[in-house]
Amino acid sequence: MSTLTIRSLRKNFGAVEVLKGIDLEAQNGEFIALVGPSGCGKSTLLAMIAGLESVTSGEIRIDGRLVNSVAPKDRDIAMVFQSYALYPTMTVRENITFGMESRRVPKLQQDEAVKRVAAFLQIEPLLGRKPGQLSGGQRQRVAMGRALVRDPKLFLFDEPLSNLDAKLRVDMRTEIKKLHHRVGKTTVYVTHDQVEAMTLASRIAVMHQGSVQQFDEPATIYNRPANMFVAGFMGSPAMNFLPAELSQEGGRPAVAFQTADGNTASLPIVQALASDTPRQLILGIRPEHIYRFDPDLARRKPGIAQIDAVVELVEPTGAETMAVLRLGGKEITGRFDPDGTPLMGETVTLGIDMARACLFDPTTQRLI
Amino acid sequence: MSNHDLILSTPAPARPWRERLGSAMPLLVLGPSLVASFVYVFVFTGWTLYISLSNSSLLPTYGFVGLDNYASLWANRRWNIAYNNLFLFSGFYIVGSMAVGLLLAILIDQRVRGEAVWRTIFLYPLAVSFIVTGTVWSWLYNPTDGIQAMVRGLGWTNFSFALASDRHYAIYAVIITGVWQSSGFAMALFLAGLRSVDSDLVRAAQIDGASTFRIYRKVLLPTIAPIFLAVAVIQIQFAIKTFDLVAALTKGGPGISTTFPAIYVYDLMFQRGQIGEGAAAAIMMLAALAVVLVPYSFWVVWRRRKEAGHG
Repeated sequence: MSTLTIRSLRKNFGAVEVLKGIDLEAQNGEFIALVGPSGCGKSTLLAMIAGLESVTSGEIRIDGRLVNSVAPKDRDIAMVFQSYALYPTMTVRENITFGMESRRVPKLQQDEAVKRVAAFLQIEPLLGRKPGQLSGGQRQRVAMGRALVRDPKLFLFDEPLSNLDAKLRVDMRTEIKKLHHRVGKTTVYVTHDQVEAMTLASRIAVMHQGSVQQFDEPATIYNRPANMFVAGFMGSPAMNFLPAELSQEGGRPAVAFQTADGNTASLPIVQALASDTPRQLILGIRPEHIYRFDPDLARRKPGIAQIDAVVELVEPTGAETMAVLRLGGKEITGRFDPDGTPLMGETVTLGIDMARACLFDPTTQRLI
Repeated sequence: MSNHDLILSTPAPARPWRERLGSAMPLLVLGPSLVASFVYVFVFTGWTLYISLSNSSLLPTYGFVGLDNYASLWANRRWNIAYNNLFLFSGFYIVGSMAVGLLLAILIDQRVRGEAVWRTIFLYPLAVSFIVTGTVWSWLYNPTDGIQAMVRGLGWTNFSFALASDRHYAIYAVIITGVWQSSGFAMALFLAGLRSVDSDLVRAAQIDGASTFRIYRKVLLPTIAPIFLAVAVIQIQFAIKTFDLVAALTKGGPGISTTFPAIYVYDLMFQRGQIGEGAAAAIMMLAALAVVLVPYSFWVVWRRRKEAGHG
């Protein structure tokens, strides 16, 4: 059982600064997801944890031991690659035992370990086959088997599901979650898919342009995003941002914005603010916190505010319907129940759950 | 007559000549080379085979003499030496150039500085013709003004390096020269192969705790195994038709010690006017080539079937 600690880690490729002082830590048995768009440095960070990339400055500790200049094989880690990286000329069994062969584990012990892992992942019938004769999902299992057989301190996953088709990806995601529950190993999981990060991780590190934007539990990341990047990246469809002005309405703080017809609309703020001096800010509302208004809803949810909007476009997906609405000169997306689907061109009275809304500072883009 | 019938009874428009030309184009383009290949390979091979069974001397004649030419060929000591040399040379040349090429490829694969320069240097001998290679190396081997003279000039007066002038070792001089010439080619193919391997494989093996040597032996080299075969097959046909290298380097000497089948065939056919026996020798060369290439092509077909079988 083990921990991972990363302190002000930096990485330069020539003059390009890829990682700009990363601080992370994983408790014993934790599942950490590194999520971010392409080029944010998440895979480089993982490769540095694995020892496949050198450290420019800062420190990486596994179980308290500084491993900055320790070779990958001596870090006691196992890694699952995006391409699976199965040795093409070896059978599945040889792929799984290759690491043990390299470490001169006795044959008998090897056989036992293979048997255990193969049963665990249900790949016994595949042991004699070559990777070329396996399907994507089977390769994925073998790659995990190769990692599992080692019983390492740390599991590293580098976008392991991105080469699978959509349905299989969901299945394998569940499998990985089950597997982590059963094995309970400290895991670092790189993905660009925010759904994977949300469903799997005990804590998520959202990365952008070489630094960690927010490192917290999934619910906090989703409900209280630290800044507009995190708010926009996590969640699909993305959070709606409305430029607005802080004002007073009936003695209570509110946000006001110009509507398309030149009037001013205002929504009361539920959150406590440090100061209520009038200033610009950005109101962030998730699509699922926009409802069709009805008095019943207002009774159930105390933070509901009423506002009218014109429906510009309706996108039914089956389980729910996305509607593009014009509000305050901006287009926002709302997520509706198919039963109460608004019609195109209709003016609907929306109920916006202001208790769940986020307010951002327009200059620093940080959560207020 | 209804409208419907009218449409049905309209005759299909004639295919425009452009379309017909388009569909015939592959055949038109490939035709000449197919015919030429067929004539030059199969017809002339058949003709050579027939002449090897005839009593042709200065000109082709068609008196059938059975296997007489082959019998007289194999009774000749010079031919036996030539045929022996062929196998000796082929074996060492192929193994040697592949070993040297692989070593160079692995060294360059370590991300050395100035990689492009090294690659060019090692590949360059291939751009030199066998005649030039043979001539230059014959100077190097020459005891009076080659390597031996140079080292003696530096002070080691007892130094002796006369590989090409010793009839027991002259064949190795040819082999060394051949390896020098073509190991760069092997290197280029091996290096391309090594570079095409998914770098994640190496990373995975590193994490698995394999040493660099083990990564090459167990992961990289098996992955590029098909390249070994391709290199070997290309080198083999170089080896079997070896003529100009030997002609320039040793002229088959000293004595007859570095005679090669191709030289012998040329001699019989165009110097001595024994076309029948020359043709028999040529057929024996073909046989040597077939021994290697026929199993190889079967293997290729078998592998393709196997792969197709797995989708």
